[in-house]
Parts: sequence; structure tokens; C-alpha cells
Amino acid sequence: MYNRLPEAEQALALAPVIVTINGKAVQCREGDSVAAALLAAGLNECRDTAVKDVPRGPFCLMGICYDCLVMIDDQPNQQGCMIPVRSGMKIERQHGAREVQA
Amino acid sequence: MITTMKCDLLVVGAGPAGLAAATTAAQQGISTILLDEQAAPGGQIYRAITSTPIRERKILGDDYWHGESLLEPFKHSGAQYIPGATVWAVAQMTVADATQGFEVGYSVAGEARMLHAKQIVLATGAQERPFPIPGWTLPGVITAGAAQILLKSSGMVPGKGTVLAGCGPLLYLIAWQYLNAGIKVDALLDTTPPGRLGKALPHVWGFLTSPYLFKGLKLLREVKAQVRIVKGVTSLEALAGPAPNDQTLQSVRFTAGGQTETLAVSQLLLHQGVIPNINLAQAVGVEQQWNELLLCWEPKVDLWGGTNVSSVSIAGDGGGIAGALAAEHRGRLSALQVAHQLGKITAAQRDAASVAPRAALARAVQGREFFDTLYQAPEQFRLPTGDTIVCRCEEITAGQVRETVSLGCPGPNQMKSFLRCGMGPCQGRFCSVTVTELIAQERNVTPQEVGHYRLRFPTKPLTLGELAALPQTDDSKKAVIRLKKPV
Repeated sequence: MYNRLPEAEQALALAPVIVTINGKAVQCREGDSVAAALLAAGLNECRDTAVKDVPRGPFCLMGICYDCLVMIDDQPNQQGCMIPVRSGMKIERQHGAREVQA
Repeated sequence: MITTMKCDLLVVGAGPAGLAAATTAAQQGISTILLDEQAAPGGQIYRAITSTPIRERKILGDDYWHGESLLEPFKHSGAQYIPGATVWAVAQMTVADATQGFEVGYSVAGEARMLHAKQIVLATGAQERPFPIPGWTLPGVITAGAAQILLKSSGMVPGKGTVLAGCGPLLYLIAWQYLNAGIKVDALLDTTPPGRLGKALPHVWGFLTSPYLFKGLKLLREVKAQVRIVKGVTSLEALAGPAPNDQTLQSVRFTAGGQTETLAVSQLLLHQGVIPNINLAQAVGVEQQWNELLLCWEPKVDLWGGTNVSSVSIAGDGGGIAGALAAEHRGRLSALQVAHQLGKITAAQRDAASVAPRAALARAVQGREFFDTLYQAPEQFRLPTGDTIVCRCEEITAGQVRETVSLGCPGPNQMKSFLRCGMGPCQGRFCSVTVTELIAQERNVTPQEVGHYRLRFPTKPLTLGELAALPQTDDSKKAVIRLKKPV
């Protein structure tokens, strides 16, 4: 679990950005990355891996490890740590490898 | 008609090296573009310096706020700044006119773009050294650098059950920053081997004259007074719980002084130093060498950051780890050389202008051998065995890599064919040094002899949709239109 310091809490209260994470509405601070928003919401996991289908969560937060891949607005493989939250954004857990659709 | 952006100098990365290089170059009248992946300048060391919610300056400390001194000069330099831009390809111009330099592919908000540059300064900075211990892929385990990014950019701190583990100054710095913010971590597990101080002592003179000395000692004292420090940690494991929590971090088990202890944790923050972020340089064709003290690949650079690839230079930690202050001076030196190569200043003017940054650089690296020797990542945390994952993306274990060497696989590139390690989305960033060292150990040869992954463009994953968004030039249309042959 990660908590916001009072200064960040105040910034959030002043102008919350509301997104949905796995269908649940969550308030975020403007400027937070999707990965930060997940961690602040108590979610250490963001996906199941493509190879062994085990849970994985954000790791480096600087755009190089690709562990924070999530579904954003139905687009898979989005880098959660590189994308800022936007009002109305739909963030969902990514399940394993993509399937080929007929 | 589409016009491609053109510049004399492209700088990649807006950390201290990139900001200083772009500023110095633009001040010399060079048309300069700075591309940076992040939304705001600062790199990782001064991450979010223009946007951090943390207003209480003592939390992050003076060394962080020093970054502000780079921003104003940059803003007024005339350099063009493009944030949110990920560079994925740098190609020598294929046209006959070689003076046109390079064609550079990059993406902004999911759309590919191109620009042309005569000279390139890569200022891609550093990344965390891989820390392959059992369980390091469990959700809840993040790098200490990542935790610091959360603090700087989002004002976020870990809650109950947090342990820091590893070695190096950053580990104590973050513990200190947390204390400043009123947060006390449960423990700091220090893996620095006993006896290291003895090894580092021959370099102590540099350390005693280092500008970091007093600040560093004060910080250490404050952390030691308030946080439980476990010295001489010889083994470390991140453990999940029993089902259904068998895929979540529940505890950390460690051994120190022959005693094994388990602590319940919700967050484990790992750090054992940083290594240069060299993927782009490697793909451009910059020669790399293995640094025996820092145990990583680093580009071969001259005194100006120049490389074996003409018109490509490297500034800052991406050209070998030397820290943030050194990075800005290295950025200035690279820019002066670029100005000379572009004919803006004479060699004599370049040399005169470089006296101050070169002296400042020498001061900034005082004491580094001492730190580098003291905090060299210990072997058992670099060279894992058995089921410990080495390649996080393709989920390849140390045991698999070692067995494959015994089958006759001699190097990292062959290892890709056998196991796919290094072929996931991170493109080897979190396994390259480990795979090289594992192969070297199994074959009983040096890492230099083993070599490194060969990297190709695109150096970051690129979707077809992104590429298709590339503006079409008249030439690119002509290239695919079938023309009727005149009868």
C-alpha cells in the first residue's frame, strides 16, 4: 500500500481526476501516472504475464522494465508508468498474452 | 507536402546531461532539439522538478532542488524541447549527401514522427542494476529508484511493512527522504560485505576531499539513529504467502551474521547501484566495454563524450556512471565539441570554454572510486542460481541459462535463440548484465570476452498503428507506387 503525503492529498482534493480501475471509480491526483494510481489504490498487481500467467506489478516506474503493462481504454500493452491519468480513463488488468481473434 | 523537422543537434534525454548539453549548444547558436520521454524535464534524478506536489523542500533535500538551476538557462537558450517523445531509431542518412547526418524515428502520444539531425548527443542516463534474487518478480517488490520516483512525481510513500534492501548511497538517501516526510521504514538490509571498507581505503583520499563527504555522513547518522539497519546481509529472498496469496509478496527472508530472520512486508524496495542506459547507443553501433569495477557495460567515449560513430556522442551517466553533478558538466563539454565540429567555434575557443566545466567535472567525481569499491554489488546478488528468474519478460531462470551454457551456447546472442531471454519488451535492459556475467562464470572467461546482446531498432516496442501514423512524404509515396513503364 502506498499513501499520498498531505500535500499530494490536498492537490487531489482540489481537482480530482476520476478514472475506473477494473470497473471501480477511483480518484487520482492530476499528474499521477496510471501505475502510481494503481499503487495508490492498493493494487500492486496490474497484469498476468504472457509466458507463465502469473501476477506482475509495476517495478521500475521509469519506462524501461515493461512490467506495468495494462489495458487502457481497451488498448492492451499500455505502459502504466509512462501514461498520466485522464478523466474518464478505463484502466483494466491485462490477462496473459493476447489471443488471435477471428 | 510534409516537411521533416531538421536541426543541427539532437539531444536525447532531459536529465542534467541533456539539459546542459542542449543549453550550451543553443547558446552557441546551434539549432537544437531536445527529445525526452518524460512529460517534464529533469530526468530521473530531478524527476518532476517542475511538477512535484512536494513543496516542503527539506523532504527531497538540496541536491534535488539543485536541478532547478538547469531549467531557467535551458528555457531561455532557444533549444526546442519536445517532451513525451520516445526515440526508437537513429539511422545514418542513406542519401548520398552524408552531411545531412541522421534520420531519427520517435513517437509522441502513440504517433511516429521523423526528424533529421547533423549531430546527436545521447543523454539517456542510468537505470537500476538488476537485482535477481528469489521472488524479485513478485508484485510488491519494486526498485528503490521506483519508490523515489513515486515520492518525487506523486508525493507517494509506502505504508506499513516496508523494507529497503541492497547497497549503495541511494538506499540511505531514500530512507532519509522518507524520514524527512515522517515515514520510518521497518528495516534497511545492507548487503555491503564486511571487509569492503578495507578494500575501499586506498581510495579514501578522494573521498575525504569529496563535496559529498559531510552531507553524506550527516545523512548516514540521521538514518542510523532512527532506522533498524542490518549490516552484512549475505542472503535475501522475497517470499509469497500460502495459497491464495502464493503470488503476492508476504515476507522477506534474510541471513546476516549466520542468523536467518523473516520479516513480514507489504513492500520490498531493492537497490544495488545503477548502470548506464545504453540500449540506444548500442543499436546506433557505439562500441561498449565491460567496466571491471562497476560491473557493467559502458560506451567507449573520449574526453568530449565522442564515440566510434562519427557525430554521435554520449553525455552523462549513459556514458559511464559518474553521478548527476558530473553529468551536467559532461553535457556542457559534449556541446562544446559539437559546436566546434559544426564550425561554430574554433578549437582554441572550445578549449578555453571547457576549462571551467572540466575543472568542475574533476571536482564532481572526487571520491567515486571509494564509493564504487565500497558499494560494488556482491556476487551472490548478481549471479543467481536455480529457479531465480533472470529475464523478467520471458521468465527465464538462472538454472536455464547455466544449463544452456553447458550445452555449448557461448554468448548472449546465441542464448536468445535457445531461450528467448532478452527478447521480451524490455529488450534486455533488466537481464543483459546478468546473462553476460552468468555465461562468463560458467565458461570461466571474462564478461568482455562473452560480449553483450546485439540490439537493433526499434529500441522500444513500436506498434504497426503507431508506425502507420508516420506522415507520408512525396518520396515515401513514390517508393510504393507502381509506375507504368513507358511503352
